[in-house]
Amino acid sequence: MTADTEVPPIVSMRGTTIEFPGVKALDGVDFTLRPGEVHSLMGENGAGKSTLIKALTGVYQIDSGTITVGGRTQTFDSTADAQAAGISTVYQEVNLCTNLSVGENVMLGHEPRRTFGIDWSGAHKEAARHLGSLGLDLDTHSPLSSHSIAIQQLVAIARAMVLDAKVLILDEPTSSLDRGEVEQLFDVIRSLRDKGVAILFVSHFLDQVYEISDRLTVLRNGKLVGEHLVGDLPREALVTEMIGRELDELAALSTVADRTINRAAHPVLRAEGVGKKGIVEPADLDVFEGEVVGIAGLLGSGRTELVRLLYGADKADSGTIAVRGKKAKIHQPRHAIDSRIAFSSENRRSEGVVADLTVAENMILGVQARRGWLHRVSKAEQDAIVSEYMTALGVRPADPNVPIGNLSGGNQQKVLIARWLAMQPELLILDEPTRGIDVGAKADIQRKVAELSAQGLSVVFISSELEEVLRISQRVNVMRDRRKVGELDSHDVDLDGLIDYIANAEADAPAAAQKGA
Amino acid sequence: MTAQTLEAPKTSSPGAIKQFAARHASVLPTLAAIVILVIVLIGAQVEFGNFLTARNMSALLLDNAYLMVLAVGMTFVIVTGGIDLSVGSVMAFTGILGSSMLASGTPVWIVIPAMLGGGAAIGTLIGVLVQYFNVQPFIASLAGLFLGRGLAYVVSLSSVRVENEGILWLQTTRFYLGDWYITPTGIIALLVVAIGAITMAWTRFGRTVYAIGGSEQSARLMGLSVARTKVAVYVISGLCGGLAGLLLTAYSGAGYPRNGIGTELDVIACVVIGGTLLTGGRGYVLGSMIGVFVFGTIKTIISFMGAEQSWTHIIVGALLLLFIVVQRAIVARSDRNT
Repeated sequence: MTADTEVPPIVSMRGTTIEFPGVKALDGVDFTLRPGEVHSLMGENGAGKSTLIKALTGVYQIDSGTITVGGRTQTFDSTADAQAAGISTVYQEVNLCTNLSVGENVMLGHEPRRTFGIDWSGAHKEAARHLGSLGLDLDTHSPLSSHSIAIQQLVAIARAMVLDAKVLILDEPTSSLDRGEVEQLFDVIRSLRDKGVAILFVSHFLDQVYEISDRLTVLRNGKLVGEHLVGDLPREALVTEMIGRELDELAALSTVADRTINRAAHPVLRAEGVGKKGIVEPADLDVFEGEVVGIAGLLGSGRTELVRLLYGADKADSGTIAVRGKKAKIHQPRHAIDSRIAFSSENRRSEGVVADLTVAENMILGVQARRGWLHRVSKAEQDAIVSEYMTALGVRPADPNVPIGNLSGGNQQKVLIARWLAMQPELLILDEPTRGIDVGAKADIQRKVAELSAQGLSVVFISSELEEVLRISQRVNVMRDRRKVGELDSHDVDLDGLIDYIANAEADAPAAAQKGA
Repeated sequence: MTAQTLEAPKTSSPGAIKQFAARHASVLPTLAAIVILVIVLIGAQVEFGNFLTARNMSALLLDNAYLMVLAVGMTFVIVTGGIDLSVGSVMAFTGILGSSMLASGTPVWIVIPAMLGGGAAIGTLIGVLVQYFNVQPFIASLAGLFLGRGLAYVVSLSSVRVENEGILWLQTTRFYLGDWYITPTGIIALLVVAIGAITMAWTRFGRTVYAIGGSEQSARLMGLSVARTKVAVYVISGLCGGLAGLLLTAYSGAGYPRNGIGTELDVIACVVIGGTLLTGGRGYVLGSMIGVFVFGTIKTIISFMGAEQSWTHIIVGALLLLFIVVQRAIVARSDRNT
């Protein structure tokens, strides 16, 4: 480390430890943040990034260690304490009040006051000034709900400026922004950095981390792995530090797709002309035994809508479905489950995990539901299922009695997959199983899918990450504008080819329609 | 993409109307309540010919003063996203408490603080249950409802007449302006509305109430004093219950333990008709006052017609339904804009 270390740090955390029942979320972590730097906090899900941020913002109280801010040792009992010490946070899900105006959100709790209450015109002027310093020209009287998430995020940053924040924490700020919006955010971050604000940045996107950061701190399993200047740490080294093992495994997976599939027998699932008016146009889809069929396409292209029809979550109004050559009526999820089709939804939080139940209970849920509530799954059987899948999927922490809400996103996803696997399906539909989870857990899940398909399980795999779809599928169905536009053999196409296919397929019909309009 | 392309549109006259609508979407339900009030008043005048008289309109305020005070407190609670079912019983309890104390010779300067304090105490209890014991506001205030009613019966099982001149003065004194008049009870009610409206619009406490209703989680993360504010709104509602007890006692010249059964629902109806969103985050104290006037006018019309008073509830029920649908539509529209 060079000259920068001479700048006295604004935040210094020493030996920070936070424990939850059964989990040591942070274990003696040291963390230093200096004024005028963008410092990225890196780590897999469950590494302790969120916990560290929550300790620094007063949401969690630390069990041991010290937090020093601006040379003074602090104990934060609430977010208000942390804000008073100059630490402001902008969260992934913007934490502002959408029912109030833009100006009020910026100024809330800090409005200028006169003898008779709040000076509203002054408040709006000040809000406009702070927004202006970020290059935003908004009507401060407009309700916050009338603006995009990107703008709301910038409004949240403007709020931090009102608090005269010396430290600005940005927790996954870019996850719902498009490229142009990210650029605008980065411009704001750079100008704040140049004004001497210390910025703690968290993102899953390595490109963005390398673009904006000056320094990186890497955590793994609640422990500090290292702190580096960004120039000193190439990406491969960073990923290795994050997941603690070489990335060979991902490379090894690329051979998975090469397995030959017996397409002579009846397919496990054959859908012919399955569609629903206004939702997704009629499409054909075959899945053979032991095959992984990918569905690629942009967000909103009808991927999820199509598989929901196959699973009976929505009722198709055209087409037929055959399971192993026999016509099947799948109008409800129940029918699909009876045909041994399982569906893991993309909405992990709302349609998957039951946060208050333990990991074990979440896993058993599917099996129990299938048996009916009168036929209890015996304790021994439960333990067998749970221990089998805990190890098979590498769920961390390896304690089945922890509430699932305490687990990271990636590990919750593993538990959900275990829930479906425990029902021994013949076809598993995975909708965005790797979204929002880190590299290590992604590799785990991809490896597991590959293994299972080698054992004969059929899988329909949806992902926004085209590389991932190509890597593990034998065939890729391409969807666009709520229509299946083609089917590719993944041997015949590389990533650029696939992107090209999605893009070019996009060019014909809608372009003509636009000219007409 | 630059900052310019991201700015909100603010040009041309249809744009200006749109902008006004966007800025003030939350006022629309209250404006609708005013429109309904005007329609109801004009309709009644056309039908009866002698409805819009100074005497009649003055009586509207006099008859509904206690309801208005309760509605102010309820507005605070509902804007945070809560509900207070206890207000009718609190009013009955403080009313009978005050009358009995007066009957046993307690001086009025002790009685009035005792009534207000009794209401505030029950409010505090509900607030603490909601905030620190994580009890649903519905359940916590239901407990408050039973507690208040029970305490009222403990104080007295029958009506207790009030002879105290100070209390009766509140009701019998009439300040005239032409044919219009106002009683001290009416003045108190309007003062409470004014204080409530100013608190909600121009104090940090008031804005915190709105922020909690918008998103409690966000309000907490923004460093606002959520816990204190949430308890405070129930204390305010309880205090308003105590004050309403005083006004009702003055109005009826007696305390009665069975007063105000179901009043909490009338109050909630008035607040919702006045444009406050039951899910919290939007609403105005002045709107609640309009809501009370709508409610009171309908009641007066029914008695003009000589019909059963149950028709009041049927009509108020229908209005309530209409307003909830209108509010849903407005909220759905503003959500779509995101």
